[in-house]
Amino acid sequence: MLKTPSPSIFRPEGGIAKSVREQNKGLIEEIDRRKILRGAMSLGALTMLTGCDVTNKSPVQSVLKAVSSFNDRVQQAMFRPNHLAPTYSEAQVVKPPRFNAYYDIEEVVPVDGATWKLELAGLIQDKRPWTARQIYELPEEEWIVRHICVEGWDYIGQWSGVNLRQFLQRVGADLTAKYVSFKCADDYYGSIDMASALHPQTILATKYAKQLIGDPFGFPLRLRTATKLGFKNPKWITAIEVTNTYPGGYWEDRGFNWHSGI
Amino acid sequence: MAEITSNSTDRHPRRLHPLPLRIMHWINALAMIIMIGSGWKIYNDEVLFGWLHFPQWITIGGGPEGALQWHFFAMWLLMINGLAYIGYGFATGRFRRKLLPIWPSEIISNVRDALRFRLSHDDITHYNAVQKTLYVGIIAVIVVQVVSGFAVWKPIQLSELMVLFYDFQGARLAHFIGMALIVGFLIVHVALALLVPKTIGAMVTGGPRVDEPESPEPTPPAGSAAQEAR
Repeated sequence: MLKTPSPSIFRPEGGIAKSVREQNKGLIEEIDRRKILRGAMSLGALTMLTGCDVTNKSPVQSVLKAVSSFNDRVQQAMFRPNHLAPTYSEAQVVKPPRFNAYYDIEEVVPVDGATWKLELAGLIQDKRPWTARQIYELPEEEWIVRHICVEGWDYIGQWSGVNLRQFLQRVGADLTAKYVSFKCADDYYGSIDMASALHPQTILATKYAKQLIGDPFGFPLRLRTATKLGFKNPKWITAIEVTNTYPGGYWEDRGFNWHSGI
Repeated sequence: MAEITSNSTDRHPRRLHPLPLRIMHWINALAMIIMIGSGWKIYNDEVLFGWLHFPQWITIGGGPEGALQWHFFAMWLLMINGLAYIGYGFATGRFRRKLLPIWPSEIISNVRDALRFRLSHDDITHYNAVQKTLYVGIIAVIVVQVVSGFAVWKPIQLSELMVLFYDFQGARLAHFIGMALIVGFLIVHVALALLVPKTIGAMVTGGPRVDEPESPEPTPPAGSAAQEAR
């Protein structure tokens, strides 16, 4: 059964043409059947391994997931839209910033700023892509705030760039939508709630300590929000989508709490 | 009719540990074990002390994401149950009757007796001064532990709390020390319960009936009837 896809930059804009679907009906059904069979076999194989892997689908797991979603709503209610995170002095800034990604720093693939483009999608009126030069011309603001990682470490960083609220207003985004979603050059992806996106200390950062952000830290463009854990700040952003469809995220789809506000 | 009234359970003295208290005790035990085991796993991802990593087999949650899920599930269990317990303790007068007063001179003589292995633990209906201190202390530690937990969870939204702990790492350290104190209490508490096994039975079945009513203002007739029964 094919579901009607929700609008997304990750799919063809007009959806899959009906004629194409009709032509390949048999093949699609065949693939779907094989997927079910494959699923059945791997589940059978899993039960022969340790119990740990099977619990991913257990009732316990779904209770924990449900509580995590409930905690998203609690955090949404606790969020204070105009409450500023403490700021610090330039002397306290750690240089360079601490590296974090889902791989090691040696594996970072630098983004070419000359050919890089920021694409826009979803509930945005002006979807023209942006070059790095155009982004640099936007009004810039700076925040010296604490970065806190879900693992428990933290450091003070000095970030500057365009305020996300101002950027979203400039491109005519629907600010009543639920989510702002990000796609990255390293296949990382993530999303934040609109209230956090509109917080005064949420920026699309281009600079760290007054210099262009280094390659390992998200050059040319990354999100920096003072009200969320580190992993909620995607680096090497290539696309922004405003949407009402829950977009998930790299770590969130692996079981970490989605809201992860601090 | 009169016969039924006089034989009804209302006239009997209450159990040492009334049913609501026993339920709350065991929910708390479960929630606390989940909080500690999952907390150890979360701690392991970024240790405060280089020499201290908790072995995987005593942690709860498998990976860090599972440990976080368990921690933020059991926190509700712990908080709701804890609030109910504190409300119950004040409303019924149980805190006042069982845990107060604590006299420093009594603590000193208790400790002296304990060092000579002469501190009696046999009357489970009465807490000695050391027990009272430990129980009042652990309730206070758990309250502070919830506060430091909020500070670690929401250092920005609840940035006012941060003043209490200096900064984010200060709150993490406070949360760790709170855990260590709770684990320390747990070891002593379980060891002493095993030493006097009837305390465990009492926390399951309710224990002996006692003449103390589980209400803040004992009415004179009930009190005298209970004394007669004794």
